[in-house]
Amino acid sequence: MHPIVKLVAQRLALGILLLFAASVLIFAGTQILPGDVAQSILGQSATETSLANLREQLGLNEPAVTRYFKWLFSALQGDLGTALTNGADIAESLGKRLKNTLFLAACAAVVSVPLAITLGLIAVRFRDRWPDKLISAVTLTTISIPEFLLGYVLAYFIAVKLGWAPSVAMISDSMSLFEKLRTVALPVAVLTMVVLAHMMRMTRAAILNVMQSAYIETAELKGLSGLEVIRKHALPNAIAPIVNVVMLNLAYLVVGVVVVEVVFVYPGLGQYLVDHVSKRDVPVVQACGLIFAAVYIGLNMVADIVSILANPRLRHPK
Amino acid sequence: MNEKIEYLKRRVAARKMSRREFVGRATAMGVSAAAAGTMFANAVQAAGPIRGGTIKAGLSGGASSDTLDPALVASEATHGILRTWSDTLVNVSRDGAVVPRLAEEITSSPDAKTWNFRIRKGVEFHNGKTMTPEDVVATIERHTGDDAKSGAQGIVKGIESMAIDGDIVAITLSQANADFPYLMADYHLAIQPNGGKDDPNAGIGTGAYIIESNEPGVRTTFRRNPNDWDENRGYADNVEILVINDATARTSALQSGQVDMINRVDPKVAGLLDRAPNLTVKNVSGRGHYVFIMRIETDEFVNNDLRMALKLAINRQEMVDKILRGYGSVGNDFPINAAYPLFDDTIEQREYDPERAAEYYRKSGHDGSPIILRTSDAAFPGAVEAAQLFQESARAAGIPLEVKREPSDGYWSEVWNVKPFCASYWSGRPVQDQMYSTAYLSTAEWNDTQWKRPEFDAMLIEAKAELDPARRKELYSRMARMLRDEGGLILPMFNDFVDAISTRVMGYEDDPNGELMDHFAMQRCWVEG
Repeated sequence: MHPIVKLVAQRLALGILLLFAASVLIFAGTQILPGDVAQSILGQSATETSLANLREQLGLNEPAVTRYFKWLFSALQGDLGTALTNGADIAESLGKRLKNTLFLAACAAVVSVPLAITLGLIAVRFRDRWPDKLISAVTLTTISIPEFLLGYVLAYFIAVKLGWAPSVAMISDSMSLFEKLRTVALPVAVLTMVVLAHMMRMTRAAILNVMQSAYIETAELKGLSGLEVIRKHALPNAIAPIVNVVMLNLAYLVVGVVVVEVVFVYPGLGQYLVDHVSKRDVPVVQACGLIFAAVYIGLNMVADIVSILANPRLRHPK
Repeated sequence: MNEKIEYLKRRVAARKMSRREFVGRATAMGVSAAAAGTMFANAVQAAGPIRGGTIKAGLSGGASSDTLDPALVASEATHGILRTWSDTLVNVSRDGAVVPRLAEEITSSPDAKTWNFRIRKGVEFHNGKTMTPEDVVATIERHTGDDAKSGAQGIVKGIESMAIDGDIVAITLSQANADFPYLMADYHLAIQPNGGKDDPNAGIGTGAYIIESNEPGVRTTFRRNPNDWDENRGYADNVEILVINDATARTSALQSGQVDMINRVDPKVAGLLDRAPNLTVKNVSGRGHYVFIMRIETDEFVNNDLRMALKLAINRQEMVDKILRGYGSVGNDFPINAAYPLFDDTIEQREYDPERAAEYYRKSGHDGSPIILRTSDAAFPGAVEAAQLFQESARAAGIPLEVKREPSDGYWSEVWNVKPFCASYWSGRPVQDQMYSTAYLSTAEWNDTQWKRPEFDAMLIEAKAELDPARRKELYSRMARMLRDEGGLILPMFNDFVDAISTRVMGYEDDPNGELMDHFAMQRCWVEG
């Protein structure tokens, strides 16, 4: 077998194993939350009788191990069950939210990834001169401000004062693509500001690292211009760490944006998860946890595989 | 000049002049812009409702785990949605009277044990089915019984039997209750086809609006019910309820015109927000209150001297000023205020008195170890800060309080009604009987202060059956005094409902029963063209 196929297969197997481990953790985690589902559904209105009735009905009296395997097998068949709180089919409502989350993440990624890499390249080209310093200063400032504050500031100036984009980014299926893009403009802007610095700085560092190599000097001596050297010789060799950090940020855009969702009232997966955590809707929390774990593990796997493929020594073994 | 203004107002009332035009002309005559805006609003208001348009409300208190089942409604957004598509037998008016709705007429036997509700004829559900007395009985049945997971379970518990006679539903109670019609105004008891026994989540009712789409925790859209039985509501063609839980997002949605009305304006920003153009902040004093609860049967608080010391060691006015920013009024350690019928306003107001508090504290013989006060953001907005203020004012009386902040998560199951001393809130009830029966009757499930006095229970039951208002008022007054002096309740403040509405919304009226006109604002307000 080609060693690269073997390596990739190993990565995939490891990913799946990791996913199973994550599922155990998710299940165990939801068991140790204080209070139980019945109590959370009824809240302040819980009485002894209504609690007992609800627990019985929700099957909370069965042992945890039995519940874990039941849950895992149906999840593998694509059946995530129904939400305890409102009886909705989880796969269906989660699917809708996931679509929204992926839409927002994709919009933010389309803006931020090329921007970050371009800015990184510019920063390298003008290293230690004012463009480099300006780029670093601006991106490090936006990453240092908490995202909810960035959100409020943008909402105040752009939505309330100027009226350019709505502060409530509630997208719905009836909207046209253009309307949707306008609706998510503010959250996309905030997310871009939040992830930009990380990717930009990594790009800059990775390329600068390569720039020390002898072949870069050769390229320069060959008479290539600064940007050409970076684009043709430095960037391809610095791709592995850049892809790594890009994937990490993409994962963040999918699983970590609940604060931005709340500030802009975006109907995404994060808000959906939080709502159900506070109601102890265990099946939903587990399903979301599983999706988040899959996204995280999946994207990291992609990063690993890309860096394997980007390594010529692995692509062309002797 | 007055004549000219009057002329302009008539033009407005005849819908021949826009706000912009009116304000422009009025200011040209030397009227301030703010006054002109108010004049315009009054002129439009006087002209009566306009039909058409869309009303959008941004409400807090919704989650993607919500359902349309009226029995499970517990938070504001779900309450607003329920009101918009459903009706109850009766409503409670702004001045505290019972208003017939799906019941046309209510009569009782002289002993207040049997109540007859004559059900309105010719009312159609959204699915085209006619509403019948059978549906009413089925609805009440669904909320009764031990297996009902209903917020109205305690309310319908006292029903012994129900009978249908033509268009009359006769309800017999196990115990006389002069206030029974008020209980039927509870929003959980929304009348559903076959009582919602077939599908409680269907969202089919007799209300002013028909649900078009419902995405829990995000948005619910409605269109006007063309067969509505009540023509004095449902002015807008469409209603949208958006769930916006973040307070800042809610205010900015209103400011940027994405919604027309919002609930729960943070008192901290209400004053500032009111200065913004195109919107008004509305605060209405209601019956809701923020409390500190001492459980009388615990080792510490079994001592009434200690309870009294703590009641005297809290600075109520400071709480109203700093926690509610003036959007509220001081409490007096019993859960009733002037918003209730039969309130006795001669009961002396308890003041902050560190010296007497210190005296009582010494008398109680407390060992001087810190008394743990549990609090959380979940208890009420500003509960953590309120507990800290309490700690400071008690320190001045030499009473050591230790504030322990608990997570919001699980507060209602792990702390409230469990720990000896904690912060909490009550949203109030339409009548005194209901408030006392819910939380101060010995056998009540929610008797969080463990107030168990046979003589208090006896007075409550006597007042329940008493049809003479003077005698009832006297009984309630004695109960209030008793609770105030011996109970485990520290009630520093009654909170106002603080809403904000856009100036394009007309017809808003203060309603002490709840925020946003007791959630009727979406169907009773209208928008200018």
